[in-house]
Amino acid sequence: MSATIDQTALPTQEMTLNMGPQHPSTHGVLRVILRTDGEVVVNARPDVGYLHRGLQKIAERNPYGSFMPFTDRLDYLASMNCNAAYAWAVEKLAGIEVPERAEFIRVIVCELNRISSHLISFGSFTADMGAFTPFLYAIRERERVNDLFEEICGNRLTYNYCRIGGVSADLTDGWLGKVKEFLDYFEPKIDEYNNLITYNKIFVGRLANVAVVSPEDCVAYGLTGPNLRGSGVAFDLRKDEPYSVYPKFDFNVCVGRGEKGQLGDCFDRYIVRIDEMRESVKILRQAIAMIPDGPVIAKVPRVFKPAAGECYFRAENPRGETGFYLISDGSANPYRCQIRTPSYVTMNIFEKVTEGLMIADIVAVIGSFDIILPEIDR
Amino acid sequence: MEQLTALIIQKVPALAVAPWAVTLLLIGIVAFIILQFAMVFAGFGTYLERKIAADIQGRIGPNRVGPIGLLQFLADGIKLILKEDIIPTAADNHLFRMAPYLIFTGSFAAFVVVPFGFSLIAADLNIGIYYVMAVTSLVSIGVLLAGWASNNKWSMLGGMRAAAQIVSYEIPVGMALIPAVLIAGSLSTQDIIRSQGGLLGIFGWNLFHNPFSFFSFFLYMVAALAETNRTPFDIPEAESELVSGYNTEYSGIRFGFFFMAEYADVFVVSALATACFLGGWQIPFFNAASLPPVWANLLSLGVFMAKALALVCVIIWIRWTLPRLRVDQLMRMSWKYMVPLTFFNFLGVSLWVLVFKGKGIPQMIASIFG
Amino acid sequence: MSLKDIHLDAKAIFQSLKTRFGDAVVELQETGFNPAFVVVSPSAILAVSRFLRDDSSMKFDSLMCLSGVDYKDNMAVAYHLHSMSLKHIVGVKTFLPKDDPRLDSVDSVWPAANFMEREAYDMFGINFVGSIDLRRILLPEDWPGHPMRKDYVYPESYHGVKV
Repeated sequence: MSATIDQTALPTQEMTLNMGPQHPSTHGVLRVILRTDGEVVVNARPDVGYLHRGLQKIAERNPYGSFMPFTDRLDYLASMNCNAAYAWAVEKLAGIEVPERAEFIRVIVCELNRISSHLISFGSFTADMGAFTPFLYAIRERERVNDLFEEICGNRLTYNYCRIGGVSADLTDGWLGKVKEFLDYFEPKIDEYNNLITYNKIFVGRLANVAVVSPEDCVAYGLTGPNLRGSGVAFDLRKDEPYSVYPKFDFNVCVGRGEKGQLGDCFDRYIVRIDEMRESVKILRQAIAMIPDGPVIAKVPRVFKPAAGECYFRAENPRGETGFYLISDGSANPYRCQIRTPSYVTMNIFEKVTEGLMIADIVAVIGSFDIILPEIDR
Repeated sequence: MEQLTALIIQKVPALAVAPWAVTLLLIGIVAFIILQFAMVFAGFGTYLERKIAADIQGRIGPNRVGPIGLLQFLADGIKLILKEDIIPTAADNHLFRMAPYLIFTGSFAAFVVVPFGFSLIAADLNIGIYYVMAVTSLVSIGVLLAGWASNNKWSMLGGMRAAAQIVSYEIPVGMALIPAVLIAGSLSTQDIIRSQGGLLGIFGWNLFHNPFSFFSFFLYMVAALAETNRTPFDIPEAESELVSGYNTEYSGIRFGFFFMAEYADVFVVSALATACFLGGWQIPFFNAASLPPVWANLLSLGVFMAKALALVCVIIWIRWTLPRLRVDQLMRMSWKYMVPLTFFNFLGVSLWVLVFKGKGIPQMIASIFG
Repeated sequence: MSLKDIHLDAKAIFQSLKTRFGDAVVELQETGFNPAFVVVSPSAILAVSRFLRDDSSMKFDSLMCLSGVDYKDNMAVAYHLHSMSLKHIVGVKTFLPKDDPRLDSVDSVWPAANFMEREAYDMFGINFVGSIDLRRILLPEDWPGHPMRKDYVYPESYHGVKV
């Protein structure tokens, strides 16, 4: 930025500004140390770890199945996805066959959770931009997803629904009908959001051409999920590295198109999430039509000992690739469980993309990356 | 005021010994009424804001205190008064205490020239518009002071933003009001309203006088929104960026002052727009002066309040609909668009008044049809 | 892409690495490993990484995951690599001595490695030489020890606060 500010004409002093850990727009307890020249950010360095709970150490001290509730706390806005990702990882390690109905149920709850997670992302992002109303609209729809989840697992935020080998309980009678009802209600709402805020001139002006990430940088810095696709890289683990029953569904991979500015700006990352909600609805409709009958959990002992070995499994979560690197030494507990979380890796590029932005843009960048802190700090 | 004093002395000759006391007392009473009105409006404004916001967002809004939550603002006020007044140790004590008063004074002093009715005005100053511009500038000093004295970097950023913003938007605000002044040939708010009367009904309003004054109204509303720091121009507060900006460190009734000043500002802005463009207290197709004074005043007060409150609702509606601009976009908008446009309008109205001898389009059309 | 393909790929990758780097490429961990690991000696990690990223038949442009592991006798760093264009996956592992785990940083090859290396440093005390910014990340700067090590002893208190 020193190139654009003539230091000799008006010497100004840099200011160090502490953004967070208590700040309304850092989506939790993220701390960013800003060095600014007036309103222009010279350097923004993220400081994470305020929410570190040592989940990876906890995993080593618990049997495989007992770690499930802790995965809820990884990404609390997409607990179902984290649950399922962990279950899939363990099943891959131990070679457990999961009944097909259970896989379908997992996909249904995962996609529902993806919708609710993207809703929060959309809502809080617009709230960060100063428009508070869309946030409440998003919350209204999310409430219905929560109601649906409450009916099948009793919880509204930390679901703990998946089990190693299946899910904890079968769907209640008529639940799928309720999901269908929700989808019919929800699909037109996406257009409503677009009319309400997406193409608002001020909103676009705030997002277009802000914090542009090139596709090459995205891959090199390990950005995944909507952030990667926002830069135009059509990579979705559900399609490119299919797991569970995802190959059976027909859906598109949404990518940013540089609609309002350069490819890979905040607007592209935002619009990818909006589009993905539509795709999730599509998957859900197919899954509801195709779901077979049968058992929902394989016969897996409560405490089991997978053969010694290592496996890495990654799933496409709302925020990107959530990976579990599990090492078994043949005992009942994982020997090592590395959790690769998308938000954590995303924070790596933060310092690079925020250089030379305005303070208000920092908020836009945090919102557009859709980070969530428990996932960063684990 | 002098007339009123004279009237009272005439009625009660015993008071003639100290006419200054009567004047002083009258000033006191009027100031008290205005202050009460402003306070009540600030309270009512918060209620209106919350109810409208709730409606827009599909919520219910305040509904516990009093019928349909009408007394909510009293509860809020009592809460604010009872809260501990915290002054940060690192803050500049005197400036910190002074800032809310400056802001409060700046907004409330503007009520002096708000023409509530036919003859309901605290002081019909012959520099009315100019006076409003001057006293509301006090707000920017107060905001800057609040930001600086808090000794908090976020507050300071908010204060600096506010000062820059208010100073930038003073120009378009002033320039956008000038068409009304030119047409009326007076800076007095009452004169401006009187110039919009006549039998043309709503077409007597400055809004429809000529194309330039029509656009001036919208330019004024935009610029005035920015001057009152309301969304989409609320960057000095920007709760999601600056954690509330210049009033972050304030608590209790000091915070309440900021709050009341904001709603007072909103009302003043709406009232000025009403007076300058929407015919003020003029009742369409009706001459208020033909009624007995009490009725004329009451009726014109009702009309004025209805118009002003409608504008207040629009301002609230805008707040809950639009996102916030960025600080550079805001400045660009002021200096690159608003200022040239308002100057262009100024020029246009001046020429219009000169060429057509002050006649508006509706007047000309009316004269064609006799 | 099925798992079978990935396994085959790992074998081919191991072969081409072996012919290029010789003894620096130690072995292929295959059975029970998913994805399979190419075990590399620590001194060659930077060269191997560059080769894996830049070679036209490899093109491992994305580092999925970098994990430190404490295998009781020795430490290890495991890299999970993925190629966006060729869609193959391989693991690279390098074993380090427990008393002085020291390794070249790969953040010049994959910038994504920086935060992951900081985590491995924080949790396992693995020293990444040449890293652009190697500080503790999740734990406080003055935290004693590296808690993910198997022989970690929990401290009684931290700044006078009972843990």
